[in-house]
Amino acid sequence: MGILEVKDVNKRFGGLQALGNVNLSVADNTVHAIIGPNGAGKSTLLNCLVGKLIPDTGSVMFAGQSVLGRKPYEINQMGISRVFQTPEIFGDLTVMENMMIPCLAKRDGSFRMHAFASVLGEKKLRARAEEMLSEVKMLDKRNMHAASMSRGDKRRLEMAMCLVQEPRLLLLDEPTAGMARADTNNTIDLLKDIKARGNITMCIIEHDMHVVFSLADRITVLAQGTPLVEDTPDKIKGHPKVREAYLGESA
Amino acid sequence: MFAIEKKDTTLLLIVAVLTMCAPFILNPFPTDSAMAQFNAGYPDLMQRFVIFGIFAIGFNILFGLTGYLSFGHAAFLGVGSYSAVWMFKLLSMNVIPAIILSVIVAGVFALIIGFVSLRRSGIYFSILTLAFAQMSFALAYSVLTPITNGETGLQLSLNDPRILGTSVSADGGIPVTSLFGLEMRSTYEMHVGPWLFQFNAGYYLCALLMLLAFYISIRIFRSPFGLMLRAVKSNQQRMSYTGLNARPYTLAAFVISGMYAGLAGGLLAAMDPLAGAERMQWTASGEVVLMTILGGAGTLIGPVLGAGFIKYFENIFSKINDNVLHSWFSFLPDGLEDLMVTLVHPFVGKGWSLTLGLMFMAVVIFLPGGLVQGGQKIGKLFRRKKAAGHRSSTATKPAE
Repeated sequence: MGILEVKDVNKRFGGLQALGNVNLSVADNTVHAIIGPNGAGKSTLLNCLVGKLIPDTGSVMFAGQSVLGRKPYEINQMGISRVFQTPEIFGDLTVMENMMIPCLAKRDGSFRMHAFASVLGEKKLRARAEEMLSEVKMLDKRNMHAASMSRGDKRRLEMAMCLVQEPRLLLLDEPTAGMARADTNNTIDLLKDIKARGNITMCIIEHDMHVVFSLADRITVLAQGTPLVEDTPDKIKGHPKVREAYLGESA
Repeated sequence: MFAIEKKDTTLLLIVAVLTMCAPFILNPFPTDSAMAQFNAGYPDLMQRFVIFGIFAIGFNILFGLTGYLSFGHAAFLGVGSYSAVWMFKLLSMNVIPAIILSVIVAGVFALIIGFVSLRRSGIYFSILTLAFAQMSFALAYSVLTPITNGETGLQLSLNDPRILGTSVSADGGIPVTSLFGLEMRSTYEMHVGPWLFQFNAGYYLCALLMLLAFYISIRIFRSPFGLMLRAVKSNQQRMSYTGLNARPYTLAAFVISGMYAGLAGGLLAAMDPLAGAERMQWTASGEVVLMTILGGAGTLIGPVLGAGFIKYFENIFSKINDNVLHSWFSFLPDGLEDLMVTLVHPFVGKGWSLTLGLMFMAVVIFLPGGLVQGGQKIGKLFRRKKAAGHRSSTATKPAE
């Protein structure tokens, strides 16, 4: 039994069947990639996992507990973090403040009123945040305004914000979209490091096959809202159905 | 960058010195001089400066940090005033229980209104708070007359029980508000040459409470709680995917700012024990929005500056009438004098709000960060000049 179990999930938007009987099992401590052409329902599936959308039917279990009906912040507190397709960070705040927020959320839960303690006094958390920042090579930018950074930096910051929470499941929605080749390779290395340290499961939606094949342990191919095949990268590469549906144009 | 604690202490000390010396600072002109009408150092106005300063500081905790624009904060001010006056009627003329009750009642009121209004954000939130405030205003005017005394406003009378005090003072009048015997209206006058400085007990009570309110606001701004409030303003989506529930944070900020408004309302009543429904009207809610934006929303000192600025205009500019203008321009030939008076007339006296409106527009267009941003720009200009004098290439400090 995997850490994430998606069973018979259906989601309909008006006349469009976005997800039809999706079954997905993500094993613990693996990297699972979900690929598929545009409109295949990848992002819809992800939204169903984090509580942004509620599936019409089916069940989504994370570590033995259902996530359905829970609010996004409750699902995050269960141990699921998400990196968005366009970086979602706190643009008005500095990089360091951005990092402090997930640290505080991890320590204090969804709400706690520290109205008279100084942020400066939270030494332990700041040390943790700085450690994470140096891991993504952003320590020198810690006093920068988050909104003024490049897109690649924003994405790295967002990833650092997710990782500092030490999630059990990290969902990445096209983590390298719009990145330069060098940045993409840095991201791959970063994700490999994280994977090597263990105790984390990743679920990646990605269009860049280079990223997918250098990271994924298993790949699910989604087409028109249903899983076409699920297998190891090597098998997927040679699978005729996949070539036809998806890789045909890029191979 | 996080707060430089030393900088905040300096700011607090500066504000403390300014408020404590306000009777001197606000009275720069000798009493008999022509400029004496620009003196603002009389107790009534100084009290207003600090009381509305408290109101704006509290409003800034909600608007400046979370970005939720409440258009109904005057309701809490009014509720605070009514509670304080009721305390004067029923309990005693001591201001302490009155102020405590007004803060508590305003807090409870804010909890109820906030709980409902915070289900929406943006313009819908503003409209909901406005609706609640106007509802409170209308109720205070009509249905709730037994509590609020309707149009006349709630006043003290000789028949009030005042169980811990006296219904009637020794000289047969209504007793005055006091702090353990120290009358709020008592004023020590100091004559220095042609100058007159007035030290009013009530003002100093308000000023001390404002300093306390300011200190608490600094602590909130620099706390993890304050960081979360800024996160609410910046990106609620990221916040909820970081495991944080924005609702209790915004509600807590709403209640805190409501309590600040209640404190201001209670102090208004403590200085002058009457409360009218017009204190809750939407124009009063709008005024605190203006104060905060004019001074600089989200900055520590901005709201206090804005409150002082608007109250100064309201009380000083409005007193410049045509006679005063004629005396100013009397050195000009007659025709020119009349022309000048006609030209300036719409901007002063009853037209003071026109001047205020123009200045507000200028500030919003040229200094979106309010008066505080203006101060920073001037400061930077001076620093740059100094730096240029010493060495041409010094590292420029990033704006905060």
